[in-house]
Amino acid sequence: MEKIILKDIPDLDKISVYENNGGYAAWKKVLSQMKPDEVIEEVKKSGLRGRGGACFPTGLKWSFMPKGNDKPKYLCCNGDESEPGSFKDREIFEKNPHQFIEGSLIAAYAMGIKAVYVYIRGEYWKWINIMEECVSDAYKKGFIGENVQGSGYSVDMYIHKGAGAYICGEESSLMNSLEGKRGYPRVKPPFPAAVGVWGNPTTINNIETLANIPEIINKGGEWFSKIGDPKHPGTLLFGVSGHVNKPGVYELPTGIPLMTLINDYCGGVKNGKDIKMIIPGGSSMPPLTKEESLNMKMDAESLKAVGSAIGTAGVMVMDEDTDIVHVLQRITKFYYHESCGQCTPCREGCGWMLKVLNRIMDGTGRHSDLDLLISVAENIEGNTICALGDAAAWPVKWTVRKFRKEFEAKIKEDKADLPAANKVHGLRKSDEYMTISDHAEQGKVEDLMGKVQELTQNEDIKRFSS
Amino acid sequence: MNKENYIPVFDENEMKMVEHHKSKYPAQMAAVMPLLWMIQEKYGWISVDAMRYVGDLLKLPHDHVLGVATFYSMYFKKPTGKYHLQICTNVSCMLCGGYEVFHYISDKLGIKNKEITSDGMFSIEEVECLGSCATAPMLQINNKEFHEKLTLEEVDKLLNNLRNSN
Ligand SMILES: Cc1cc2nc3c(=O)[nH]c(=O)nc-3n(C[C@H](O)[C@H](O)[C@H](O)COP(=O)(O)O)c2cc1C
Ligand code: SF4
Ligand code: FES
Repeated sequence: MEKIILKDIPDLDKISVYENNGGYAAWKKVLSQMKPDEVIEEVKKSGLRGRGGACFPTGLKWSFMPKGNDKPKYLCCNGDESEPGSFKDREIFEKNPHQFIEGSLIAAYAMGIKAVYVYIRGEYWKWINIMEECVSDAYKKGFIGENVQGSGYSVDMYIHKGAGAYICGEESSLMNSLEGKRGYPRVKPPFPAAVGVWGNPTTINNIETLANIPEIINKGGEWFSKIGDPKHPGTLLFGVSGHVNKPGVYELPTGIPLMTLINDYCGGVKNGKDIKMIIPGGSSMPPLTKEESLNMKMDAESLKAVGSAIGTAGVMVMDEDTDIVHVLQRITKFYYHESCGQCTPCREGCGWMLKVLNRIMDGTGRHSDLDLLISVAENIEGNTICALGDAAAWPVKWTVRKFRKEFEAKIKEDKADLPAANKVHGLRKSDEYMTISDHAEQGKVEDLMGKVQELTQNEDIKRFSS
Repeated sequence: MNKENYIPVFDENEMKMVEHHKSKYPAQMAAVMPLLWMIQEKYGWISVDAMRYVGDLLKLPHDHVLGVATFYSMYFKKPTGKYHLQICTNVSCMLCGGYEVFHYISDKLGIKNKEITSDGMFSIEEVECLGSCATAPMLQINNKEFHEKLTLEEVDKLLNNLRNSN
């Protein structure tokens, strides 16, 4: 299968090599032969959907931008890439940076944009340096700047270095960060195409999305629409990590069977072990069990059908010996750390879920904790300003549902602890409990109360059912 | 260790850089992140005085700069060791031994998360996914070079090299 982005051409990151291999031809064609609307039509025809996680149709997104030049308009290229398990945009910066630059220039032209900002996570120091150099080379060659190729069209491109905040990958947070503010997501509507960065119409696209554009212009939208799954056409840069023999980024058509990816491309599971769980699209996507994985196709619709999603196509493979509870605890710790704190359900919910997972890991969990986790997750989902809340809730809700036995195995069977129960009752009656100033001590008593309550409930159930 | 305290000031060339950063955006508030990066490059960390200095350069309220500096985890608000080791323990790294690497370094240097060795050479920090999951486990040094596919022997070598490069 021919690759669209990660082509097997050495030194393709050098502008001369890129040009010798047909690079910037699409840009020249667009400038000399195509009207902005024709570019948008071609992208619509291709069926290209965003590669940043939400799979939104790219041509449609571009068509939301207002026509005319009443206000400045902006394109933000999203290279924040901080979703655990995702490392594909980095591969584009390294292997084919100019194709991304060319794609964003074409996008800018199609929407009448004169300033392009490339937001790259601060940790990508090496790749930021590469991109600075590439952009400067493209300026020197006259592909960016005033009156590009004598077309009368002018465009500028700037790189903005992030500083370590996962949330800045969320598009409205990215815009606030670019403006020099804290990266707080904004309430939508208004959508960025109406009120974006500096209050002006803005489009945000992922790096991989934009890197597809030059070939769509060169070979036509129809050609692209026939690659892979018809409802989610093109290739994806699958980033496979975890327990496989050859982890890495593999560019393959959408719809490829997950097992083909793992066995034929990644050399199978390490040490010949069995699969226990696979996260198909970055840590926020609901996990797949081994049974679901066996017949899974890797495209937006197939994963949606089992309640998961393709996300960033970051595939994390976990073998039979993996401690699933530990994995979920680590994922939840991440979202707790990265929550910006604006919305109560996300801020408090992430902390609460982490606290409960911590105690299950410690061996002090309760049976009621599993339903509690699902209930907290469901109360976050859909009740927040941005989708980080959902991203934190989904893995919890679905991992607990699909791997409940793993969690139960860590919860020690409750035994009636009468002295403790009496102590709690005694404390409740006296004012002593109210005056315990030490939080740790208070927490212990509360834990005991919870246990006693649960035991009593269990006793009630037994009594009624016998 | 980086200087405990310093008087933040940009020289003539750096002031040109400041102007360059301002020119990239339609509003100069946007230059606050690049300027904080410049401060950190020069002094190793960002003091409250430095935040005030950046605020004055951009005519921004000091508390705005403080708000930005404290929001982002890569801006160091305290001095770090000469070599600040940022060890990823997120899922893909964890599956491949990220915690083993973290604890090994922590034990070897005798410091815990976010602490500095007494000679000021090293500090360590447990960090989130750095986009290096296929080459796990990994660490980053001083927000710059990645060291990937680590084994404990390589960690030993790396620490020795850093110590001797002094
Ligand atoms: C918490 C959160 C983090 C995100 N991080 C990224 C990211 O790192 N890179 C990215 O391209 N999109 C990210 N997104 C999605 C963006 O909001 C946006 O949908 C995307 O950049 C649009 O580009 P596309 O249409 O080309 O996919 C994130 C979304 C959320 C809610
Ligand atoms: S959902 Fe979480 S990250 Fe998003 S705005 Fe609310 S608190 Fe911030
Ligand atoms: S999990 Fe460590 S780099 Fe991604």
